Amino acid sequence: MFSYCADPSTLEGLKWMSCYLTTAKHMSLYWSFLTVLTLLAITAPAALLFGFGGASAARSRIAPLRWFGKAYIAIVRGVPDIAFFLFFVIALDQAFEWVRHQVKCPDWDEPIRQGNDFIVCQAAKLPLGNAPQWIHEVYGFSLAVLTFAIVFGAFAANVLYGAMRAVPRGQIETAEAYGMTSRQTFWRILVPQMWVYALPGLSNLWMVLIKATPLLFLLGVEDIVYWARELGGTKTARFTDYPHGDWRLWYFLALLVFYLAFTKVSEVFLDRLMRRLSHGQATMGAGS
Amino acid sequence: MKKLILATTALALSAGIALADGHSVVRLGTEGAYAPWNFINDAGEVDGFERELGDELCSRAELTCEWVTNEWDSIIPNLVSGNYDAIMAGMSITAERDEVIDFTQNYSQPDPSSYLAKSADVDPATGVVAAQTNTIQASFIAEKGWTLLEFATPEETIAAVRDGEADAVLADTSYLTPIADEDAELTLLDKNELIGGGVGMGLRESDTELKAKFDAAIQSMKDDGSLNALIEKWEIGETF
Repeated sequence: MFSYCADPSTLEGLKWMSCYLTTAKHMSLYWSFLTVLTLLAITAPAALLFGFGGASAARSRIAPLRWFGKAYIAIVRGVPDIAFFLFFVIALDQAFEWVRHQVKCPDWDEPIRQGNDFIVCQAAKLPLGNAPQWIHEVYGFSLAVLTFAIVFGAFAANVLYGAMRAVPRGQIETAEAYGMTSRQTFWRILVPQMWVYALPGLSNLWMVLIKATPLLFLLGVEDIVYWARELGGTKTARFTDYPHGDWRLWYFLALLVFYLAFTKVSEVFLDRLMRRLSHGQATMGAGS
Repeated sequence: MKKLILATTALALSAGIALADGHSVVRLGTEGAYAPWNFINDAGEVDGFERELGDELCSRAELTCEWVTNEWDSIIPNLVSGNYDAIMAGMSITAERDEVIDFTQNYSQPDPSSYLAKSADVDPATGVVAAQTNTIQASFIAEKGWTLLEFATPEETIAAVRDGEADAVLADTSYLTPIADEDAELTLLDKNELIGGGVGMGLRESDTELKAKFDAAIQSMKDDGSLNALIEKWEIGETF
């Protein structure tokens, strides 16, 4: 990056370090921080949406919808995250390709499963076989976001379900007494008031979600853990201009600091939000 | 305007042709953590013996190829589910793997495996031996009934010996030699194991057409000696 970096073997100390930390490979590490932040920025609202849908379904008056909501919450919460992550990404990918295959290649006569192979016609491939690498990466990333949203949505659904029930009964009764329909009661009375009950649980989930982002690595997305491990590994002089020993400890220490700092900032922010939401809120004792 | 429409039609047509062809872009999967076979260089790109070999094979087979990295553990499952079309990751041809995927002919000789340890008088039979999971070395140690310590990456197997967690690590000689050369603490034991049937390119069993193309390309590189030149350049082992 800098002009003096042409021959790193002659450099020492800070100068060497400044060259080392600005190699193209390190840039990939810095970009991957952005990947993680993007994931969080998209996943958190998506999971909340899934959660809201799940919670609303679970307390619905229509029985099949209620069963669906309860089953979603129970199943996803009961299965280990890691098993779900490994299962979902493959299953979702194959399900998408299967559907596209049925639509785009109706006259395909070979079986889709041939022994261990999962084969769909080229036009049904997702992304298409000739798509550039970045499309493959975006697709992989989207699958990861969807999986995260489904898994964390189930936990969020449970939190919101509880929060909806925590809104004082008197509030609902009063709304009904005013002649509001059940839909009006839900949107105008229940939803605005449930957040304060949901926030402690949701903030907890947010922390867990931050800490769960290294699972991206499991899904084949090159995240900060991947690059930290790759960059920290021993490098011999034959294969790099910057040989060094096993530095994984330092790289992982940097990750640790990053995660700690991030969760600390979140904590401060969530505290403030909590204080603001509790302002003027009807609580259990307030009515008496 | 007419020109524009013509160009668009041409583009659409060529895209259609590219789609109709079985493999317009062949995606090559590798681990990127096993120098000199494959590794990520300072520029963040896949480099090494297999990178050069793969690029040459693709140009000989007139294919457009693209490199992707994947964890070693899931490298075969991701091939059969179609995330990429071929594996070039220093993968030895074994009967066990051959049941799940297909291999081209080998592009390296059966590579001798060596032990790397802190002192030359370590006996692997009585000590703890580290190896990467799902490798021929790991199954070799397991078959012998020795104490095996498995790790997900090659890097961790070396670190285990440095920390004293394992007494020795068993891996391809070509991988261990540069490490032993640079680290005064570590030495290669005076003992080699001949395991595996050479390294080949892994493909889906249903992908016979692609396999034939790569087989022919490897054969042509064997015939004109360019494969041997690459093996010598990267110090992979014996030539053909």
